[in-house]
Amino acid sequence: MLLSLQGLSKRFGATLALDHLDLAVAAGEFLTLLGGSGSGKSTLLRVIAGFEAADSGKILLEGRDLAPLPPHARPLNMMFQSYALFPHLSVADNVSYGLKRDGVAKPERARRVEQALAMVGLEGFGGRSPQKLSGGQRQRVALARALVKRPRLLLLDEPLGALDANLRERTGFELRALQRETGAAFIMVTHDQQEALALADRVAVLEGGRLVQLGPPRAVYDQPATRFVAGFLGGANVLEGMPDGQGGFDCPGLGVTLRPAVAIPADCRACALRPERIAHLAHADRPNSFDGIVEDVAFRGDDSLLLVRASGGALLRVGHAEEDGPPPERGSRIALGWEAAALVPLHS
Amino acid sequence: MSRGRLTAVFLALGLGFLWMPVLLLAGYAFSADRIPFQWGGFSLRWFGVLAANERLVEAALLSLRVAFGAATLAVLLGGTFGWVLARRGPFRGRAIFGALAGAPLVLPDVVIGLALLLFFVLLQSGLGWPAERGATTILLAHATIGAAYAAVLVQARLAELAPELEEAARDLGATPATAFRTVTLPLMAPSLAAGWLLAFTLSLDDVVVASFVSGPAGTTLPMQVFSMLRLGLTPEINALACVILLLGGVALAAALLLQAGLRRRTRAD
Repeated sequence: MLLSLQGLSKRFGATLALDHLDLAVAAGEFLTLLGGSGSGKSTLLRVIAGFEAADSGKILLEGRDLAPLPPHARPLNMMFQSYALFPHLSVADNVSYGLKRDGVAKPERARRVEQALAMVGLEGFGGRSPQKLSGGQRQRVALARALVKRPRLLLLDEPLGALDANLRERTGFELRALQRETGAAFIMVTHDQQEALALADRVAVLEGGRLVQLGPPRAVYDQPATRFVAGFLGGANVLEGMPDGQGGFDCPGLGVTLRPAVAIPADCRACALRPERIAHLAHADRPNSFDGIVEDVAFRGDDSLLLVRASGGALLRVGHAEEDGPPPERGSRIALGWEAAALVPLHS
Repeated sequence: MSRGRLTAVFLALGLGFLWMPVLLLAGYAFSADRIPFQWGGFSLRWFGVLAANERLVEAALLSLRVAFGAATLAVLLGGTFGWVLARRGPFRGRAIFGALAGAPLVLPDVVIGLALLLFFVLLQSGLGWPAERGATTILLAHATIGAAYAAVLVQARLAELAPELEEAARDLGATPATAFRTVTLPLMAPSLAAGWLLAFTLSLDDVVVASFVSGPAGTTLPMQVFSMLRLGLTPEINALACVILLLGGVALAAALLLQAGLRRRTRAD
């Protein structure tokens, strides 16, 4: 493992920003830290970089404990959300700043700055002032500056957060290409679930300073571990209830007994069901189906989102694909159902 | 009346209000007459009298020396205050320290002058230093006041600079000292320069505090002019004002040129 975090805790006054967090990152891996505000994801990044000291726990980089090292002595680099470009230095001087601190000779420095700028598609921008660049160009300068020292590990704090929506997707692809090209491990903090899923080899979901789920994007999306993950990623429906002891799950909100494909632990109190896994039926006459009234319809471009009220009182989010024709009217009664495998028992 | 015309009128009124007295003052410096506000034909006679007035020239040189030293000391002290207030995070007594550092901004000069006088007298009897009141005590007094202004300017400048800049420098391998030297210091330099100029001007300008803390050995230019006022004015004062105005204009032009040059350089880099 390149980076290994063991039992990391950090308290700010009364709030526990990190709560006995364990995490390991492999060399060359792209990991995203996903969480809402106050989840501890930015604190975690700052603890790894050395700007905050952990109260307890270990940070091992290639087996070496980083805790006693100040930020400037840690062999990793960070890209800041605000980019933090030095406004009094040119683009080239910004990028060569770290090399200069390492005592790299001037001709070598110039060569590597050129290389780094070329890598992010900014050849010939070395002489400009960062303040005269567009947001996207500034983002690339920050990236070049963080990568020019060839770190084994790069920390990125919301690197796409300040970009326009249309630039984000393209820059995301470029980010991943750069990561593959340099072979560095990337740890990226984001609150955007689509970004986290699209870019990462593995997604780590944080809540209240704790790591609640870790895994490949598809696994985390398809098999959310907790109510929080289920709701945060893709807005899954969380169906409350109790196992009936015969392989079913009583859900009073829907007024039916759910039949999941997998065994349900006895202490399970909720199941997740993704909106896009729910399909229209002619009649709700088979297991895993119900009748409901459409309370509202929202058009979202590639699909529509229905809010459907079940007879038991639960309100479900239901996806309606465009190719299925026009969505049902508000107030109409519809029958809905899903495959058994779409139901995911949640741990908490 | 059109909006442009109205703006022009107000601009002319405003500028006139500010500059008419100054221009009148400068104009009468070239009058031959003894009485400063009576035109007696063009003459440079009062500039000659001014240059021959050793006490006035001496006072002017002392003022410049004191102002230079006080401004430099004020920037060192005030810059440190401002940096501590903006960057050292919350510490015990921070609010009190902030209030005290800025106190000279709101205290009346009379109070500051008297307080400093008492302090210097106490120091003298206790430590034997400063041996006499004069240039040194005025310099220290002016540095105290100037430091408050410099602290406010530096703190304001640092507050608008993202702390991440220093963190980015640290992350790229700079020790705290190097990060300060290569990132923080260059970025706060304009506020240090502004603080220096402000402290310099305040020192050149001050009569009240200087009168309190000075002794027989130290008479600054404003003190000298003020005492001449009591003996009756001559156009010599006008000539002096004219010279100061000219020097100030040259300094301002130099500062503007320097600034424009710096801006060009950063663009060319």
